[in-house]
Amino acid sequence: MSLGGFDVQVVRESGFATEEMTLNMGPQHPSTHGVLRFVVRADGEVMTEAVPDVGYLHRSIEKIAEKVGYHGFMPYTDRVDYVAAMPCNQGWAMVCEKLAGLEVPRRAEFCRVIATEFNRIASHLLAVGSMGMDIGAYTPFTHALREREYINDLLEELCGARLTFNYVRIGGVGWDLPPDFERKGLAYIERFEPLIDEYNSLISFNKIYKERLAGVAVISAADAINYNLTGPNLRASGVKFDVRRDLPYSIYPELDFDVPVGTGEAGVVGDCFDRYMLRIREMQESCKILRQCLRQVPPGSVLGKVPRKFKPPVGDAYVRLESARGDMGWYCVSDGTEYPYRVKIRTGSFTATSIIEKVSRGLMIADLIAVIASLDLVAPEIDR
Amino acid sequence: MDAAALHASLRERFGDAILALDEPAAGDRAVRVAPAAILEVARHCASDPALAFDCLSNQSGVDYPARNEIEVVYHLFSYATRHAAVLKVAVPRDNPVMPTVESVWKTAIWQEREIFDLLGVVFEGHPDLRRLLLPEDWVGHPLRKDFVEPTEYHGISTKRESML
Repeated sequence: MSLGGFDVQVVRESGFATEEMTLNMGPQHPSTHGVLRFVVRADGEVMTEAVPDVGYLHRSIEKIAEKVGYHGFMPYTDRVDYVAAMPCNQGWAMVCEKLAGLEVPRRAEFCRVIATEFNRIASHLLAVGSMGMDIGAYTPFTHALREREYINDLLEELCGARLTFNYVRIGGVGWDLPPDFERKGLAYIERFEPLIDEYNSLISFNKIYKERLAGVAVISAADAINYNLTGPNLRASGVKFDVRRDLPYSIYPELDFDVPVGTGEAGVVGDCFDRYMLRIREMQESCKILRQCLRQVPPGSVLGKVPRKFKPPVGDAYVRLESARGDMGWYCVSDGTEYPYRVKIRTGSFTATSIIEKVSRGLMIADLIAVIASLDLVAPEIDR
Repeated sequence: MDAAALHASLRERFGDAILALDEPAAGDRAVRVAPAAILEVARHCASDPALAFDCLSNQSGVDYPARNEIEVVYHLFSYATRHAAVLKVAVPRDNPVMPTVESVWKTAIWQEREIFDLLGVVFEGHPDLRRLLLPEDWVGHPLRKDFVEPTEYHGISTKRESML
């Protein structure tokens, strides 16, 4: 018998013969947020495992660092995670400053935190918006992207770029805040904060959406730590840890903000819904931070004295900072020359991808999309 | 916990398997560990209540052709006590074999796959030691300092002629 051009064999014996299928998902798939491939083994609709295959976006950024020098590497750090490039800039500057023992002017620290927190909101908006879209709700995506555009406008005023900023410099930032930036930034916060509630009523507490995510792909706190999950993914599992608060850097110790954790409000602690809600809550916390920062930017210079031929002493340093995808680790080895000897970037998406093989066992194939979206994977950040 | 105190306490327990304390001019101090002992040391670091390093924050490899060594660097972190430490293990470049710490910290599964891929360190006992980022048929390990970029890959040239 023929069905839509395919020959189909109809088995008329009693009972069904089942067999495990191996399916290929990606690398070019709209829900994989970049170029990311999964080899899915499934028995019917239920996956026995989903094995991630990464490397399609490997641009050898760590090797490039060894060739372009300390200052020259800054634009490349934008490409590590282009959805949240500002923390990548800051991470590179921080590890260089730690190696060389540099002080950063106070005004520059404010500029960094303001830029990073705006970027965090923009990144989380993309995360929650695309999560809705991946699950099948298109409209919330447009709402999220609309608000993200205004942040892009603000950051464009700040540094001339909307995505790959190249704003932070070793020892400070590239440009001072433009005139009237504080007022515009505060006006944006005033506009944006109430919209979070609108967003929640549009999608977050939608019954279908909630039930789609509640109890799916639960990650325990012990597993989250053992697999080194970071940021919102870690906190959703109930671990109250934020690098900004617990290993403070920059001006974060002076700022007042909460660290939200997953509570299992729709299902179980550490499920997809907790991970989603964490990002909504973090946007509110970022608004709090921004409001404090924008109101008290001190006067002064934004770039310390840093030699053009930047040669940190021999040694190696590791710094961690809170990027939009969580704790980001920068390891740099200096051999005393103008070029870094080795740079390693340990990103949040990298470790999050490594747990997918474990959490995907026993899930439905359609849930894999929710898992990818809830972990907020950004493929270039996995591969670097 | 201070690096010197950690070095002393590990030395007391593991003796000569704990090598010198690495004190660079800049950056973090590290405890050097003999390759054969790393799994035992890792297990102790994770399970000892005073150390409680429940998280392997970062694992990376560094090639030192001048010393004929590849160094694998472990950045440990404890969520329980919020302290950090660095362990370093050096293996010979021509026979870079060492035990995996996958049984202690699961995050090492991927971190070690990446080090195997880019530096060629073989982690004995690893459940899934395949290349992670590069294609399976790639020859060589690009983060080694003596790696020479191939001129072509499957007939596709890696060089581009200048337009000018």
